[in-house]
Amino acid sequence: MTGLATQGAVVQFEHVSKSYDPAATRAKNVPGAVNDLSLTVPAGKICILVGPSGCGKTTSLKMVNRLIEPTSGRITIDGVDITTRELTALRRGIGYVIQQVGLFPHQTIGENVATVPRLLGWPKARLRERSEELMGLVGLDPAKYRDRYPSQLSGGERQRVGVARALAADPPIMLMDEPFGAVDPIVRDRLQNEFLRLQESIAKTILFVTHDIDEAIKMGDLVAVFQTGGILAQFGTPLDILAAPASEFVARFVGQDRGLKRLSLLRVADVELAQAVTARPGDSAADARRRALDDPLRYLLLIDASNRPLGWVSHGDIPAEGVLTERMANPVSPVVNKRTTLKDALSMMLDADVQTGIVVDRTGAVQGLLTIDAVARKMRDGEHAPAFDRLAVEGATGEPGEDEAGSLGSDDPGAGGGPDPLDPVSPLEAGTGQS
Amino acid sequence: MIEGQPLIDFGWIAGHLESIGQRIIQHLQLTIVPLVLGIVISMILAIWAVRQRRAYGPITAITGLLYTIPSLAAFAVLRPITGLSLLTALIPLTTYTLLILFRNFVAGFVAVPADVLEAAEGMGYTRRERLLRVELPLAVPLMIAGVRLASVTTIGLATVAAVLGDTFGGLGQLITEGIQNFFPTKYLLGAALSVVLAFAADYLFVRFERLVTPWAHARAGGR
Amino acid sequence: MQDIVNFFLDPTHWQGDTGIPNRLLEHLVISGAAILAATLIAIPIGLYIGHTNRGAGLAINLANIGRAVPSYAMMVIPLPFTLSLAPVLGYSPTFGLNFLPVFLAMTFLAIPPLLVSTYAGLRSVDRDLVEAGRGMGLRERQILNGIELPLASSIIIGGFRTATLQVIATATIGAILAGGGLGRFIFDGLNQGLAGRASIYAGAILVSALAIGVDLVLALVQRRLTPIALRTTATRGRRGSARLPSGDDGAELPASA
Repeated sequence: MTGLATQGAVVQFEHVSKSYDPAATRAKNVPGAVNDLSLTVPAGKICILVGPSGCGKTTSLKMVNRLIEPTSGRITIDGVDITTRELTALRRGIGYVIQQVGLFPHQTIGENVATVPRLLGWPKARLRERSEELMGLVGLDPAKYRDRYPSQLSGGERQRVGVARALAADPPIMLMDEPFGAVDPIVRDRLQNEFLRLQESIAKTILFVTHDIDEAIKMGDLVAVFQTGGILAQFGTPLDILAAPASEFVARFVGQDRGLKRLSLLRVADVELAQAVTARPGDSAADARRRALDDPLRYLLLIDASNRPLGWVSHGDIPAEGVLTERMANPVSPVVNKRTTLKDALSMMLDADVQTGIVVDRTGAVQGLLTIDAVARKMRDGEHAPAFDRLAVEGATGEPGEDEAGSLGSDDPGAGGGPDPLDPVSPLEAGTGQS
Repeated sequence: MIEGQPLIDFGWIAGHLESIGQRIIQHLQLTIVPLVLGIVISMILAIWAVRQRRAYGPITAITGLLYTIPSLAAFAVLRPITGLSLLTALIPLTTYTLLILFRNFVAGFVAVPADVLEAAEGMGYTRRERLLRVELPLAVPLMIAGVRLASVTTIGLATVAAVLGDTFGGLGQLITEGIQNFFPTKYLLGAALSVVLAFAADYLFVRFERLVTPWAHARAGGR
Repeated sequence: MQDIVNFFLDPTHWQGDTGIPNRLLEHLVISGAAILAATLIAIPIGLYIGHTNRGAGLAINLANIGRAVPSYAMMVIPLPFTLSLAPVLGYSPTFGLNFLPVFLAMTFLAIPPLLVSTYAGLRSVDRDLVEAGRGMGLRERQILNGIELPLASSIIIGGFRTATLQVIATATIGAILAGGGLGRFIFDGLNQGLAGRASIYAGAILVSALAIGVDLVLALVQRRLTPIALRTTATRGRRGSARLPSGDDGAELPASA
């Protein structure tokens, strides 16, 4: 993406503490205090700071651009201690987005977006160009919005402007304090998706504060869970937090449904697929009867000439002679692809009251079967390195049954943490040949 | 009023246009000087009070007390001290202006939303830049409201100043002379002109505010 | 300085029609009458537009206009009319330079602050509370009296304060016409030239004392009426505890439409 080429910087907290009462540095349960925080955010990653109110997440965030100064410890950016840099220069190099946005009411949207570049002294022509570029980036038509005032925009639109403004000077780091908290859930969902997509191309280092664990799981490459008193309870990938909570607090904070939450992070591609016993219309019935016995549940999957599923035929329904016809098939199982989240797949299977889902590729051809058993086994095994990398090519092809865990570059702890924003919620509808 | 005389003698007015004009100019002087002085002083005080939160209470208490004093008393008290010079009128007029403006200026600053200030600071504005480019522009609507009120009030108070003596001039002069001489034309004219002046000033500032703050009047939903 | 003290020490200044007590009484009577009249006019209107929010634009605009009129001018405009009334009402024309125009002016000038503060006070009440009251089945009048008024009272009293100060100040000036009130000390002193200095000062002191005294009392009343939770109101503007610049009228005049 032109103009936003600066790669992310590494942000590191080294034993950072903030206490509002010098005498009570060790006190827990002091709202907003931070207690001996040490963590490193790798370049280009989104690190979520999450926790209940008063846990120090916002305070920690604000220490990076020095709106709040730590009582002890230090923070470095790319190895450089932030206190050694000139204050306003530091801040102009960090994008800052807050919940209420804080757009300047007396300036147009265009002027708002160009704020930091203007402070940096960019030439006028470049300011306007830049402003329009960024408005386009966040999905706002420059011609329409440039000369409007903030009071004329909706909450969602204002949030977008806030993000555009933070990106204007192409900073390597962004600080976001509950940026999507003030809009309704539908708008929030859209903003989150678009932001994730944006991040794919700009790869800035982002520190993101939220109190919503679902948002943390969805948005984060890394998640830092804080507990009251400013103590870091756990720091890891979303799957780490869900599958292996480090303490009672984390387990409770994540919620009782963390099992389901994990399922939303895993995809069909992560699970071992079962083989289907297949047959085509026109195959000999007697032959089919015999083969159906190979299936543990004695069902035959009828497929068409392009290997697309037509439906199930039970062994008992197959006549002794003659040929198989399409009419015998019962298309009851849901159809999913390898990118479908396990949560969605399981949900569909439960809806249809079946134990098996049919996995197809992009052409609709059968690749294998997803069983509830396999999903349960996956959860039980505790193997939580997801096989799915967010940037992987769409619709990984592979032979049915091939175990793909670990085969798609899952060593990077940041990879595959969140669902792909481009993934439609409902799975690919296979052409079942019934039309 | 003497029987047989018309209420308003237009002939007299026509014949004294020059001196009437003079009165108007004097009145304007009595208004503009205190206003300008008041704006400058109040701005300084307001910025200071906003920085030093503790100063606000005492300043408000003092100014509130001074404002309570009826204007005539203020003028009267000064006369023996500063005589019949313009100062006798200007000091109280400026003080009253100050009192109105200070409160409104501070209110203007206070009305700037906290999130806007935080965003400005976080993005790297220096303190001075923040004051000039963010706080002041946003405080302007309430400030102009204050100047509007102050101007109108000062015009009114300036008419009272003339009661003390004839060196101050202004439209109050016309009124006082008219009353003393039982000459309705004079006092009605003086009254009418001062009302017109006040209304004009009020209207002027309303338009000015609209002009200077397009963002406050932008209609939502022009999408 | 000594003259002033002597002035107050002189017993003749405390007796009769031109004595301090009588002048004070005159001042209070005329001020009180004007305030009363203004209250009777402004408050009901203010309550109506504040509660129903209808006609507010018009009322506020009129109030803005009223606020702009110089008090001295206001006083003299009705003068010819009141003078011509003198024969009809049966008193001597020389007393036509009487208190009626001053009274009218004071009433007229006291209406805007009262009207505006009543309106603003009612508007400041959280709409949710009003709705809750309606939802519980309270009648409009009960809502007004039971919910809105108590919460609005401190702002309304604030307007009352402004109006009262305005009235007292105007009565002072009105002495030039009305022949009564504490302002007379000032005017008499002015007319006496050098010898009148003590009188001028005495008048100024008396009038100021009256104004300050009344204002203090009303301020106390206002404070009493402010619900405790709102006493040190932090504005939404600043972090920390900046106090809302209320004070004399507590309610800023809304900008005209």
